[in-house]
Amino acid sequence: MTWHPVAGAENVGDEEAIALEIAGKPVALCRSGGRLYAVHNICTHQFALLSEGYVEDGCIECPLHQGRFNLETGAAQGAPVTDPIPVYEVRVEDGKTYVRIPD
Amino acid sequence: MATERIVIVGAGQAGGRAAEALRREGYKGELLLFGDEPHEPYERPALSKGVLVGQAAAKSTLIHPREWYAAQSIELRTGLRIEAIAPQSRNLITADGRAVEYSKLLLCTGSRVRPLTIAPDGMRGVYYLRTIPESETLRRALADCRSLVVIGGGFIGLEVASSAAQLGIAVTVVERQPALLDRALPAGIASQVERLHRSRGVAIELSSRATSIAGGDTVKAVVLEDGRELPADVVVIGIGVIPNTELAEAAGARSSDGVVVDEYCRTSLPELYAAGDVTSHYNPILGRHIRLESWQNAQNQAIAAARNLLGAEKPYAEVPWFWSDQYDCNIQLAGVVEPGLEIVWRGERQGAKCMAFGVLAGKVRLAVAFNAGGELRFARRLVEFGAQVPSASLANPAVKLKELVPEAAPRSLAA
Repeated sequence: MTWHPVAGAENVGDEEAIALEIAGKPVALCRSGGRLYAVHNICTHQFALLSEGYVEDGCIECPLHQGRFNLETGAAQGAPVTDPIPVYEVRVEDGKTYVRIPD
Repeated sequence: MATERIVIVGAGQAGGRAAEALRREGYKGELLLFGDEPHEPYERPALSKGVLVGQAAAKSTLIHPREWYAAQSIELRTGLRIEAIAPQSRNLITADGRAVEYSKLLLCTGSRVRPLTIAPDGMRGVYYLRTIPESETLRRALADCRSLVVIGGGFIGLEVASSAAQLGIAVTVVERQPALLDRALPAGIASQVERLHRSRGVAIELSSRATSIAGGDTVKAVVLEDGRELPADVVVIGIGVIPNTELAEAAGARSSDGVVVDEYCRTSLPELYAAGDVTSHYNPILGRHIRLESWQNAQNQAIAAARNLLGAEKPYAEVPWFWSDQYDCNIQLAGVVEPGLEIVWRGERQGAKCMAFGVLAGKVRLAVAFNAGGELRFARRLVEFGAQVPSASLANPAVKLKELVPEAAPRSLAA
């Protein structure tokens, strides 16, 4: 596991997400309820970038078919999605944001 | 009967999701799921897209593998038709002549393709598309196809056109109405989809009727009313579906362009519920009955039915929502088309993303997103809330849709 510094967190408004690539992985950096989350950016149902979707109440919703995932645990919240998405730890230090990605 | 037994007739997406929801909601009694197709419940959207072009396996459309049903104590019987319902004695009669007693019955019998009367029986190269085998057959046919004619410019026809065009096939779409997607979109918005197809080289024949399909054993051409012949190796007919209401009607349930149910998914007969394509259901947001042929309705009305079967008394009340994927464009709709909509565009129509709204008396009644699915969530709320929104705000991409959604509780459009 490596902590990777990421840029652009300041551009993520509350209940918003941006797409990043960290260590070759597609990551959605999201803010919900004022807290930052990092999750795998591809829906487990069909191919779609979750960052193009919708963030609300600690969940991210896929823009294609509205499958929802919990940002904290990655758990699928019900049909059509059944498989979870990977979630990554986020740390903010001295105004810099780091995301921890498995090597 | 001594033990409780819920029976679901129809093992499509609706039947499968209803069974799943019953167990998730804690139902412990017997649960039987009958389907006349050979497959476990599956979702149909990919059959005209990923499966058709060979990018996705048919198996990937299954909601759950077969062993899941056994693990959930759901008795899944596929490849078996139900012949009749005897509502007085609460029995079903199966095609193999057995009676199955139920305490509650949920009909998810779906719909079937509307046949084109001019299509000759058994002519090779003429296809419909609804099931997994039909998708796989059409996929094989497209492998050797140079010219495809699609009869019907609705979503299924346009998705087939998109898939075939991406396989390098010359495609012509024949539509009787003066615009594509006549039942789903105002002509002024459908023209965006027409432009998308024309830009990919698809020929579109509007206000055009196919009068015959020429060929012997194998199709050769589609003949139009004006006498022109469109050469075709393959013809796909996509002119809509017919709800499978016969079983419910024969049992005496009220039916009018679908089995009539209320917002709790109850038919006119006791202990008989229905969900999915087969229903004409009361939608409290629209304030009227509507029949929908959509993934959303197949799934969510079925889940609502499952909850109401268990006594939840929670209405199914959602803004109709639909999506289609054509080429690199994801099209999503919220709301329903109706006469007199003023069309408001948001974003560059030529750009990668844009939206269109149908506005009536200052209220958003329909929203369409082209590659802007994330925005549609808010647009759905605008429709749901019957929000009064200035057209200038809708048209201005600098104004966030989220900020236009009122805080107040949703109210009926009918109010």
